[in-house]
Amino acid sequence: MEEKEGEGITFEEAMKKLESIVETLGEGNLPLDDSLKMFEEGMELCKFCNKKLDEAEYKVEKLMEREGGEISVEKFEMEE
Amino acid sequence: MGKLRKGITLTDFLHLKTDEREEHVTAEEEMEEKETPRIFTVQEITRHIRERLDEDEILSDVYVKGELSNLSQPTSGHLYFTLKDNFSELRCVMFREKNIGLRFTPEDGMSVIVRGHISVYEKRGNYQLYVEEIQEEGIGALYRAFEQLKKKLREEGLFDIAYKKPIPSFPRRIGIITSPTGAAIRDILNITKRRFPHVHILLAPVAVQGEEAPWQIVNAIRVMNRVNAELMKIDVLVVGRGGGSIEELWAFNEEMVAREIFSSEIPVISAVGHETDFTIADFVADKRAATPSEAAELVVPDNREIERNLSSLELRMRQNVFKAVEFHRRKLESMEKNILFRKPTERINQYRQTVDEIKRSMLAEISHLVALHKKSLQVLTGKLDALSPLAILDRGYCICSRLPEGKVVRSVEDISVGDALKILFGDGEAVSEVKAKLQKEEKV
Repeated sequence: MEEKEGEGITFEEAMKKLESIVETLGEGNLPLDDSLKMFEEGMELCKFCNKKLDEAEYKVEKLMEREGGEISVEKFEMEE
Repeated sequence: MGKLRKGITLTDFLHLKTDEREEHVTAEEEMEEKETPRIFTVQEITRHIRERLDEDEILSDVYVKGELSNLSQPTSGHLYFTLKDNFSELRCVMFREKNIGLRFTPEDGMSVIVRGHISVYEKRGNYQLYVEEIQEEGIGALYRAFEQLKKKLREEGLFDIAYKKPIPSFPRRIGIITSPTGAAIRDILNITKRRFPHVHILLAPVAVQGEEAPWQIVNAIRVMNRVNAELMKIDVLVVGRGGGSIEELWAFNEEMVAREIFSSEIPVISAVGHETDFTIADFVADKRAATPSEAAELVVPDNREIERNLSSLELRMRQNVFKAVEFHRRKLESMEKNILFRKPTERINQYRQTVDEIKRSMLAEISHLVALHKKSLQVLTGKLDALSPLAILDRGYCICSRLPEGKVVRSVEDISVGDALKILFGDGEAVSEVKAKLQKEEKV
């Protein structure tokens, strides 16, 4: 998993933004151009959120700290 | 009553009362004279004793340590035992509703600390300790340490709401600090995987009980924060373990653990033991989960909910934008109407229409006039017909005109012999030749 997201926006922020867009559109007092622009942005956010969900796989790893304080990450399997 | 006892036995007293009253008239006896001594029933004096004990402040809430013996628990569920040390014994009873949640099984010989009040069981005339709480002796010390640390950290402000960091609602990476083999990690993994299979779980395996545990937990919190700062963002930490005895949970009551949780940059959810277990870690964490399972429910959202939420947002957005477009369309339409009305061409059209109307009405007027005229013309024509010279032809007159020019002959002088004349009758005409002409005599 890469640390930084290219869009510089997190899933959480995207969802929040989407909610606020839906609300603003719902108020219906925007100029048409702005409404459409917002709608486009909203659809992009929907796509983004779905993509984020699809991308993020479930992964369990464990952190190991070596003698010198070096940290390594390895796969973790639950012992049955 | 105290005076009664000074040097006099009960027998003496009774004797004195009946026979020897007069011989011993001391000041003391005088008192006795006035105050008829009271004879108590056993019940009365027992009650009196109980009341005296019940008034005592120390006896009303007391901690007593000793060794358990003569334990018995009849079917009533009440627990009877004797608390003893090398010198004394104390009868104790712990009623069923008090002992029902005991964390350990009391056994003869166990060193314990009990807390309760001392009173008299009147039926037997025994005084005994009515136990509210019982703890193994070592735990008493732990409990005090817990209370002291809690008080200290609270006073320092480590539990203040102002320091509580929000728990992110959509974590991407979760750090778990617990034993790699316990039920806790199993529950957490099962639940997070079921609810939200889109997270990266980083486990820092630690001992959660024993001497090493506090230090290992502290170190794990540090390592997680280092990873967060240097390697990859960790959105939230879950620190905890499954249920256990108070000693087994003790690592989470250690000051060093509490302080490390407090200073973690990453928000911390504590998840120690069962619902009823409260540890210092719970107070200092940004959020307390009652159990590791609850922590797992808290830390990730429900995927199905998110998907529902996303699609409902999308739907609402579509509806809203449709409404917005419709709104603007209607607005545009009404503006168009307005604009057209004000356009010059529209005025011209208006005039055009007016002109048309005028024209139409003018035409109507004119044709009416024409009709009128036609009618009068017919009348006139009728009259004219009557006056027409042609009309006389029917009455036998002829009109004669000279050919070829067709000039009407009004006088004999207009013609010469040999001229061709056209004679017009009522029903036709004839051409004739002038043979002779006769001048009529001049009329006078």
